Amino acid sequence: MTYLRRLTSGPKGENAGLFLILAVLILGFSIASPRFLTGANLGSMGFQMPLLGLLTLAMLAPILSGGLNLAIVYTANICGLTLAWTIMHFGGADAGIFAFVLGCVAAVIVGALAGAMMGAVIAYVGAHPILVSLAMMIFLRGLGEFLTRGRDISGFPDYMRVLGHGSLMAVPIPLILFGLVAFAWHILLRRTPHGFSTYMTGSNMQAAQYAGLNAKRTLVLIYALSGVLCAIAGILMAARFNSVRVGHGEAMLLITVLACFLGGIDPFGGHGRVVPVILALIILQVLSSGLNLIGANQHLATAVWGLFLIAVMVLRSDQSRQLILLFSRKDT
Amino acid sequence: MTTAPADQFALRLHKVSKAFGGVQALNQVDFEVRAGEVHCLAGENGCGKSTLIKVVTGVHQPEKAELIELFGEAVGQISPVLARQLGVSVIWQDLALFPHMTVAENIAFDDMVGLRPRSVKYREMITRSGDVLARLGVQMDLSAPLNDLPIAQRQVVAIARALMNDAKLIFMDEPTASLTQSETDRLLDIVRKLSADGVAIVFVSHRLAEVLDIAERVTVVRDGNLVGVYPTEGMTQARLGELMTGHLIENAVVARDLPDAPVVFEAEGLARHGEFSDVSLKIRAGEVLGLTGLIGAGRTELAHVMMGMRSADSGHMLLNGAAYAPSHIRSAIKQGMAYVSEDRLSLGLLQKQSIADNTVISVLHKLTTATGLISYTRKADLVRHWIRELGVKIGAPEDAISTLSGGNQQKVVLAKWLATEPKLLILDSPTVGVDVGARAGIFRIVRALADEGLAILLISDEVTEVMFHSDRILHMADGRIVQEYDPRTITVPQLEERIYA
Repeated sequence: MTYLRRLTSGPKGENAGLFLILAVLILGFSIASPRFLTGANLGSMGFQMPLLGLLTLAMLAPILSGGLNLAIVYTANICGLTLAWTIMHFGGADAGIFAFVLGCVAAVIVGALAGAMMGAVIAYVGAHPILVSLAMMIFLRGLGEFLTRGRDISGFPDYMRVLGHGSLMAVPIPLILFGLVAFAWHILLRRTPHGFSTYMTGSNMQAAQYAGLNAKRTLVLIYALSGVLCAIAGILMAARFNSVRVGHGEAMLLITVLACFLGGIDPFGGHGRVVPVILALIILQVLSSGLNLIGANQHLATAVWGLFLIAVMVLRSDQSRQLILLFSRKDT
Repeated sequence: MTTAPADQFALRLHKVSKAFGGVQALNQVDFEVRAGEVHCLAGENGCGKSTLIKVVTGVHQPEKAELIELFGEAVGQISPVLARQLGVSVIWQDLALFPHMTVAENIAFDDMVGLRPRSVKYREMITRSGDVLARLGVQMDLSAPLNDLPIAQRQVVAIARALMNDAKLIFMDEPTASLTQSETDRLLDIVRKLSADGVAIVFVSHRLAEVLDIAERVTVVRDGNLVGVYPTEGMTQARLGELMTGHLIENAVVARDLPDAPVVFEAEGLARHGEFSDVSLKIRAGEVLGLTGLIGAGRTELAHVMMGMRSADSGHMLLNGAAYAPSHIRSAIKQGMAYVSEDRLSLGLLQKQSIADNTVISVLHKLTTATGLISYTRKADLVRHWIRELGVKIGAPEDAISTLSGGNQQKVVLAKWLATEPKLLILDSPTVGVDVGARAGIFRIVRALADEGLAILLISDEVTEVMFHSDRILHMADGRIVQEYDPRTITVPQLEERIYA
């Protein structure tokens, strides 16, 4: 009960506002289109959202630590490539499950290494996270394009389709994967000393060190974990598209940043939670699927996302927050 | 109340009231400043000082006011623009200058921008700002960017900027909070010069010695009410502190001998190139060792070496009799050291984080269960325990620490370190930005900790602080410990003379 209340109220009523927006959107779209609340539509939303969701979580943790990871999409691509090469090495479409597991392990290691490298440079050299991750992004893109000559790698074994397109009791498997990862992420950030240290480091690294936290190790670890999430996203991408190409999902990079801010993450680090970010992701997905269903152009959906975010920023400003507080006083 | 002719007053406020929500910030307060006078506005944090300043500068409109008069002219309502036009200026503690602009640009800023846009005449700007600085008797590189200057010189730039606007009444909010003694003396000289020039100065400061030194009269405000206006002549620090807080602040030497107590910390021949050399000291269990001297004498640097944040070039340290050479602050903390930084705002606390998180940040290992996860119950228990133990006044533990007053913030810093169960507690200027009443509260805690057997190193450049709260006093100058004093056999003026000589 208290847990449910914490979930719906959140910090400063943040989640309540997002829930309200979500409810209005769902109501609006289900009136506008009879197909919105059908299993088919919900299912397709459940397949589309996890990829953006995983990448958003990979972006979330570095922002909490006071930085940014611009390399998430290309880290995911390189990790996807690692998996693809492993499978190709073991026979492509005929490769056994062992090859897939080995490939996944290799992909996660590559992701963690790429992240740890960024984290180490940021922590020990003191370089700005935007510059470091931008450099890493360019490096990974160049490396990937050089190694693949810009071509796709495709032809994976059939069982990989289950990961990308299968369902378990009508719930899409990518969604289950995302749910598990999001829960782990929530626990990591809110309940472990390492998560605590991430928030503190993001708030004021020097003060965190004065209090005895190992802020530098925290940064290395959080970027490495961000890399691991990228690897999971990369594996999922390979399974969903049945191919890997450097540059796949490039457009998602900035959307992940926006989803984080929509979810109330402090752009300067130190504050933010997983749950509102997931709500934000669902809102973005509902917006795009809903607009698609009522026959709007796909590019229009992108434009609506942008407008929507501006509207949220306005609603979040201090003046409107005071108004909201004034009206919601009775329940406190 | 004085009955000078109206034209001799820079400012007269009669029966001004202002409330915020349910809080009466000012309750029928009278405030008068004579032209060319140095006047001190004294009171604890939250007593209504800032509100009063904001009423005078037009930031807040009072609900009720019998009279508002500036420079002999009754004003119905003050707006910020009108206040500036009439010659009222405020120099807030953070100075509100532009760090990337040059000295000249900062001084002439209000003249160059704002209501009268026109092209910038650099040559004129340079001459005029040079003239203003000359009026203050200060020489400065006009083309240097502001962030290259030490804080004391920025203060001078802020004053020059006010003068550029023909200010005849200048409010200075805690102008000496981050200045060394010699810098403070220079600033006070400038204030005297301005006063002789006919500029009225209202001085707001927590340092009572300074207030009594510079001001002619002092207005004391407590809880939004006027306590009274007093000439500083014949006023003592203790009496002023009593007026501000409403109760007697006892200042008595509490030093005692502890010949049998075990030595907790010992340093021998400690040196670090360019910072300090040949530092030897012993601190016994239950002892408060005062370490004083001018800023820049190497006190904070010594504390950093003791905490493992920097390494010593030579010499060695012992903690509880065992060799002690921490490689970083985490190992120092693990071995029982605790360090209250002099910079509470940016190093001592995480201002944006909650009271609870700031309390438990150094003892996360005590909160985790067998699963490695932080237990929220343990966390809440620990926070509740320390809040109660130290008497911290808070709303909710989840509130940001920045919502607390300086004194309560410092108590949270103490709580954070006490939770680590330290053997030696280093307090580096623990009362910066803490008002008189809260200072007494902090030192009561320090004394109680010493009585329980904690060894404490108290670093401070306020002589009265080490005098009345330590058992022994070490005097550090130019990176060396020059003398040890017993507070029972020396007086405050004698000690001040040795230090500032």
